[in-house]
Amino acid sequence: MKLYLKIWRQKNASTKGQMVDYTLNGVESDMSFLEMLDILNEELISKGEEPVEFDHDCREGICGTCSLMINGRPHGPDSRITVCQLHMRSFNDGDEIVIEPWRAKAFPVVKDLIVDRTAFDRIQQAGGYISVNTSGRPVDANAIPIEKDMADKSFNAATCIGCGACVAACKNASAMLFTSAKVSQFALLPQGQVEAVERVENMVRQMDLEGFGNCTNTGACEIECPKGISLENIARMNREYLFASVKG
Amino acid sequence: MGVLDSKEPQGPLANKWTKHKNEIDLVNPANKRNIDIIVVGTGLAGGSAAATLAELGYNVKTFCYQDSPRRAHSIAAQGGVNAAKNYQGDGDSVYRLFYDTVKGGDYRSRESNVYRLAEVSTNIIDQCVAQGVPFAREYGGLLDNRSFGGVLVSRTFYAKGQTGQQLLLGAYAAMNRQIQRGKIKSYTRHEMLDLVLVDGKARGIIARDLVNGEIERHSAHAVVLATGGYGNLFFLSTYCMGANVMAAWKAHKKGAFFANPCFTQIHPTCIPVSGDHQSKLTLMSESLRNDGRIWVPKRLEDAQAIREGKLKPTQLGEEERDYYLERRYPAFGNLVPRDVASRAAKERCDAGFGVNKTGEAVYLDFSAAIMRYGREKALTSGMKDVDDNTIRELGEKIVEAKYGNLFQMYEKIVDENPYKTPMMIYPAVHYTMGGLWVDYNLQTTIPGCYAAGEANFSDHGANRLGASALMQGLADGYFVLPYTIGDYLSDDIRTGPIPTDSPEFDAAEKNVTDRLQKLMSGTGIHSVDYYHKKLGKIMWNKCGMSRNAKELKEAIKEIAELRKDFWENVKIPGSPDGKNQELEKAGRVADFLELGELFAKDALERNESCGGHFREEYQTPEGEALRDDENFKFVSAWEYMGEPSDAKLHKEDLVYENIKVKTRSYK
Ligand SMILES: Cc1cc2nc3c(=O)[nH]c(=O)nc-3n(C[C@H](O)[C@H](O)[C@H](O)COP(=O)(O)OP(=O)(O)OC[C@H]3O[C@@H](n4cnc5c(N)ncnc54)[C@H](O)[C@@H]3O)c2cc1C
Ligand code: SF4
Ligand code: FES
Repeated sequence: MKLYLKIWRQKNASTKGQMVDYTLNGVESDMSFLEMLDILNEELISKGEEPVEFDHDCREGICGTCSLMINGRPHGPDSRITVCQLHMRSFNDGDEIVIEPWRAKAFPVVKDLIVDRTAFDRIQQAGGYISVNTSGRPVDANAIPIEKDMADKSFNAATCIGCGACVAACKNASAMLFTSAKVSQFALLPQGQVEAVERVENMVRQMDLEGFGNCTNTGACEIECPKGISLENIARMNREYLFASVKG
Repeated sequence: MGVLDSKEPQGPLANKWTKHKNEIDLVNPANKRNIDIIVVGTGLAGGSAAATLAELGYNVKTFCYQDSPRRAHSIAAQGGVNAAKNYQGDGDSVYRLFYDTVKGGDYRSRESNVYRLAEVSTNIIDQCVAQGVPFAREYGGLLDNRSFGGVLVSRTFYAKGQTGQQLLLGAYAAMNRQIQRGKIKSYTRHEMLDLVLVDGKARGIIARDLVNGEIERHSAHAVVLATGGYGNLFFLSTYCMGANVMAAWKAHKKGAFFANPCFTQIHPTCIPVSGDHQSKLTLMSESLRNDGRIWVPKRLEDAQAIREGKLKPTQLGEEERDYYLERRYPAFGNLVPRDVASRAAKERCDAGFGVNKTGEAVYLDFSAAIMRYGREKALTSGMKDVDDNTIRELGEKIVEAKYGNLFQMYEKIVDENPYKTPMMIYPAVHYTMGGLWVDYNLQTTIPGCYAAGEANFSDHGANRLGASALMQGLADGYFVLPYTIGDYLSDDIRTGPIPTDSPEFDAAEKNVTDRLQKLMSGTGIHSVDYYHKKLGKIMWNKCGMSRNAKELKEAIKEIAELRKDFWENVKIPGSPDGKNQELEKAGRVADFLELGELFAKDALERNESCGGHFREEYQTPEGEALRDDENFKFVSAWEYMGEPSDAKLHKEDLVYENIKVKTRSYK
């Protein structure tokens, strides 16, 4: 296949970026999207140009590192997958493909297609854990029975890979889906109850401090989330938050 | 035993760890505040170690090259984590887990370490559940288990196919709690480029901020390396793209011995390579082998027709297929251990029976299981006179419930429906059992430099059983290292902060900047990937699933030549003062080009077949691995002497007092 690529190039956070056109030949349909970019980069290097930088690591859809806006959609055209799982058979010979970094104020560009998502880490540091000592001797695991249904729901929330597609998809750049998934994972388990009120307050406060926008229930996040994190989590977090503010 | 003192405690096996904990020196809690520890790597081993060390009161700095600690490669582990809980009442015990691990490792691991691992395994599950890790549960609310990799008990705890993710999120959450308390300072997008020794002790590291390119000095009273495995030197592997040996290799060059570099685990059920562009291989969980039957065509002409696309696998009848594992190993069949299954696949493909375009794939076929499950379902739902199609549909539903996500993943990558046509699989590099040599305290041969998780030569011997790497990473991090490091640090309570303006730091930093300069100044013909791929080909072809003296010698020569070429002709665009992924890759590949040679040298030295190391010259008449306990029951620990070819071999003899060393047989 022959492809016409329009790619965002930006040297670093403090310089201005721009779209640059590239034409790429010899793309095969069983290449992954990132392998297609590898080939482009090999060509650029052989010409002495700087390759296009993009974030990636596991290339299996689990680490949450890869993060490309492809033709205006986070992780590209297919649903329920990350960019590293996207294959070129989803495209046709002669296609034009626009590739940009995640767009959100709270995710400043580091270089080219790489953005800084450390705001997500700080939200978690504000309370995304259960305060149990790791050097102590906790009770036997089976002393805390958990209803299968609850454990499964908690697991589903916990499968969030922290990629940030939800933020990039949202016109308000809201981090509600991500934060609510984290809150839900603990809120659904007995171990997480003790600190539930504090947790939701602190995490929501940090989320706002980081400059993410408000949630206006457009649902774009759920549609673009590669892991199918459900809007139910946002509803749950809102309930937890309301409860916390009433109590507080 | 020369320079290698394993510091194994004396006394009965079952009491060793308790006795050791009682006898080692402790650091007073008030003094821990005055002690700094650097932890490089935030996977299961590093993340858990950092969290616990900080909780104990030490000042911890963590480093990882990803943008968040939560993205370490541990996140990708699918299958599960072992623990001798015996919740299923099927006869599991600490001793049995210990026994299985030593036997699975082909008697090349240290008894006392493995026993301790089995002993603390039960704490791991308690710890993770307390942290809110959502393990799979039964309807009664208790934890569920499954069996794994040929063992006879159900001791594996899991969270669907994402156990590594959930465990890592647990360790990351524990880290976050300490970050919030100010006890951990986390440096992300930072790469350790050198280890700093002061008076022969590890006292800090030189790191590069991967965003702005700045070279930084960080000091500490001890340095923990938890930087994962080095399987990425094969280029194509199931490792993440950034996996490297840099930290371990730099420590090796400063005096840490590198143990058993040639012990590599090859996983039998990966998606085969589809073309030259391929950057990475994907693992399909081993659990598929519970229901899939592995075969290739019986006749060479059928295999050829399949490769050419003239024949479909579904057109071949039962009698035209060779279920070679069932044929060769009737007792274990498709469930033989990884090394055996991998070698058998290679043997068939080398003989010309491979089924994909490149001839490097075998079938993993679910049709028998689909029909079996379908028939059972029809019977139990009281359906009469059902036709084959309906049975097939019923069966597909059941298989989907068990392995649906894996089938989907396969279809995404290969673009074929595995319910209708058999999957293609081929072995791929998946884990490295070798690593930095450590004693019972997890200390390397450099005082104050520790290694944990996959980065150490570990407890797995020549082969790793499924679900035991996660167990080892967490055992090291939560329960072993935080104790044992205190023994060393108790001498440091009056040392005070380590200055970073010493001549040792100056020299190490200069070392690092010189090397970056040298990399950037290559005259430039070839990209870094060009060299990485070439190295990977040599490794796979000559140091891969089976090895022989002639090819190993060739490999040693070829790698040395490739390394020379790399330093003369590598081309790295851009500059070192900002983000530069090519430069990052170049540094990693440069180390692989040295380690690769030591790897081959180690394989050549070991004149036996053992676990994941198969030397063609040492096999039984039936083609099975032939171990030589008389001469090779040792850990090979290499000392750096300049060029890899000059590395000096030290041997740690392995003593088995509690286990009878037997031949591994799966017939
Ligand atoms: C696909 C796959 C599936 C697996 N499935 C299972 C399973 O089901 N069960 C099981 O028990 N095991 C499994 N394993 C093996 C297991 O996942 C690993 O052995 C284990 O997670 C390694 O953990 P670790 O903490 O030692 O290292 P890793 O998780 O690899 O972490 C390495 C860390 O070191 C950092 N690092 C590396 N170099 C540097 C440097 N120079 N400077 C700074 N930071 C650095 C990285 O950023 C990272 O944080 C699997 C492995 C793979 C590849
Ligand atoms: S909620 Fe979904 S889209 Fe958002 S970070 Fe998590 S996995 Fe990514
Ligand atoms: S690279 Fe890990 S999710 Fe895409």
